[in-house]
Amino acid sequence: MSHDHDHEHSELSDIELRVRALETLLTEKGYIDPPALDELIETYETKIGPKNGAMVVAKAWADPDYHARLMNDATAAIAELGFTGRQGEHMVAVENTAETHNMVVCTLCSCYPWTVLGLPPVWYKSAPYRSRAVRDPRGVLAEFGVSLPEQTNIKVWDSTAEVRYLVVPQRPAGTDGWSEQKLAELVTRDSMIGTGLALDPSKLEEAA
Amino acid sequence: MNGAHDLGGQMGFGPIELEENEPNFHAKWEERAFAVTLAMGATGSWTLDRSRFARESLPPPVYLSSSYYEIWTLGLQKLLVENGLAGRDEIDAGHATSPAKEIKQVMKAENVAGILARGGPVDRPENQPARFKPGDRIRTKRMNPEHHTRLPRYARDTVGTIEAVHGVHVFPDTNAQGLGEQPTWLYGVVFEGPDIWGPDSDPKLTVRLDLWEPYLDPV
Repeated sequence: MSHDHDHEHSELSDIELRVRALETLLTEKGYIDPPALDELIETYETKIGPKNGAMVVAKAWADPDYHARLMNDATAAIAELGFTGRQGEHMVAVENTAETHNMVVCTLCSCYPWTVLGLPPVWYKSAPYRSRAVRDPRGVLAEFGVSLPEQTNIKVWDSTAEVRYLVVPQRPAGTDGWSEQKLAELVTRDSMIGTGLALDPSKLEEAA
Repeated sequence: MNGAHDLGGQMGFGPIELEENEPNFHAKWEERAFAVTLAMGATGSWTLDRSRFARESLPPPVYLSSSYYEIWTLGLQKLLVENGLAGRDEIDAGHATSPAKEIKQVMKAENVAGILARGGPVDRPENQPARFKPGDRIRTKRMNPEHHTRLPRYARDTVGTIEAVHGVHVFPDTNAQGLGEQPTWLYGVVFEGPDIWGPDSDPKLTVRLDLWEPYLDPV
């Protein structure tokens, strides 16, 4: 790594300087327009995130017709709620049951369903998760505080193509008659990756 | 290619580091690196497959010791040079010293929402009959290409079962090399844990991958 950069920038790290240099260069070349960068960041900070996916799951729990559409054609069913496009062009929903638990990984890079979950967390993109999820998912789940019965099947989905997977966690007991809005509060990001379960309703009341 | 990125089944990386209420970005430069990379992708100067190859072909010590957005930044620098959009000297200097190359489009703020909402679907019209159907047994190819591929090492030369037929999708192996989309059938293939990992595998584990027809042979 080069450390001979301008003295006035000495408080900035090498990577900060590299990124700043790239943005300046590409702006001068006319390839990028800085307001578009601000808009991109703002979009993923405020509009696209796991609240989208939680709405999808809660609706599937509450509405049997929507559930059927989601399992049949997730891309179309998710688009009904207005979530379409980049890194969600080809969606598939996979449902956890008492018999089978689903967990999603991308061992080769960081493929993740952006339209419903937003940008992936660091651990999802990291070597420890990517290396172990396909070989030792029970060990991985233990690190997330999740312990499944020995007889539960675990199916790990390695996102090797442009198909993106949304896990539909099991609906917790004691939520009969809940509104979609209230159900959505039980649906965590990790529960839609398969490294977590939906929250216990009593936890929600404690938090409230 | 058998790069450092092909992590499935590798050992020794230690525990998963979890962060409560993790932000999308951990520093300003990460925001800018993210947005610059997306905005350059939107110029249409290269494919998503090519950009993945630019990252995974970083030297393994660099790949494994760099953070996610550092990898993106290094990958972007390679793509700019390879495509003649900027010189290495300009990248180091952070200023343009040669004329810009003509590009297809520049992403403007007012177009961001539309571009993201459209995304980049990779399904294509059916061009030949599918070779496999759900329930068919297949064996993945033993192969070690130096180019981009999406058949991970841990799932090569392994018997599995076709579970889903996704349709005809862009073939990343050729698309990343500039040899065109060459769309072909994409399948969801399920493997039993012991068929991948041997007798030590969790007996209740199955692993499902999405694999293109050229990766598969009938059993």
